[in-house]
Amino acid sequence: MTDAALSSDDVLKQAEGWLDAGDSVALATVVRTWGSSPRPVGSQLAVNADGRFVGSVSGGCIEGAVVTEAHESIADGKPRSLAFGVSDAMAWEVGLTCGGEIEVFVEKLEGA
Amino acid sequence: MKRDILDLIQDVKARRQSAVLITEMSSGEQSLLREDGETRSAYGAPLPAVEDLDARLDAVMARDKGEIVDSEAGRYFIQPFNPPKRMLITGAVHISQALAPMALATGYDVRVIDPRSAWATPERFPGILLDQRWPDEVMEEIPPDRGTAVVTLTHDPKIDDPALEAALQSDAFYIGALGSKKTHGKRVARLTEAGFSEAQIARIQAPIGLDIGAISPAEIAVAVLAQTTLALRGPRRSKAA
Repeated sequence: MTDAALSSDDVLKQAEGWLDAGDSVALATVVRTWGSSPRPVGSQLAVNADGRFVGSVSGGCIEGAVVTEAHESIADGKPRSLAFGVSDAMAWEVGLTCGGEIEVFVEKLEGA
Repeated sequence: MKRDILDLIQDVKARRQSAVLITEMSSGEQSLLREDGETRSAYGAPLPAVEDLDARLDAVMARDKGEIVDSEAGRYFIQPFNPPKRMLITGAVHISQALAPMALATGYDVRVIDPRSAWATPERFPGILLDQRWPDEVMEEIPPDRGTAVVTLTHDPKIDDPALEAALQSDAFYIGALGSKKTHGKRVARLTEAGFSEAQIARIQAPIGLDIGAISPAEIAVAVLAQTTLALRGPRRSKAA
């Protein structure tokens, strides 16, 4: 099974596995979509401190930027909300090729 | 997210229960409402003072899709956790060999039921949950609910009929049975004889699958999965378009 096919169960399960191994982990969740965005609301991606990730929040266009922000969240412990859109290419130097827009919520998972 | 909330969500999923997570988006504070039968228990941060919160939560759970609520109390993301849809496939036949992995990839919990031990083998169904009991026995243990599709594919009334009879007495969102119109005619007669009404029997999709001209087992699997998807989601484009 590829990462893209992981259900949210598997994403959270992997996140727990990382936490149990003493890793720092952040979770990204699609909270709002406009237009033809590639992944529906509720789609999740978990990232560890090494930058390994499971799950997906887009078809692959913004995962890099989300991982970077996730590391910021791991570092300062604060959640953030990220908006991506085709017209937002300047802001994040990435964009959605499909012409949709999405908002992603990123939070640190506490280990214990 | 605090660890106890994460653990609770995982426990809810393992038990095939439902829950709803409410996240305040600037602080990250979270409350979780867990459903157990008719009761809801709250965990984590106190529930926010959002207008019509209960009704909003109900709507999110029913749609099975999260939403952001902007209120004076703050900006919240409401996220539902409902158990995955389930597909109970009776008959460890060739169509099932194609259908089971496709249904898994689509997000269903899949179980292939066939009391004929030579059919339901791991060699023929790698990675698929197999059950060698009779279908009525299985469905007594896990009664089909609103999130369950029941598919019968053996073509053998001795095995398919008990599955269909159990499904017709359940809330299953989809019931489909393999067999030609002629085969289905005989099935209707048997089910009528068994005491099922015309309206009840009309819930069975037969011949099974959307009419896409499917021929091979894999194509029939596509037709079945298309039909269960339609039953679940409903059409999006209007017929007039």
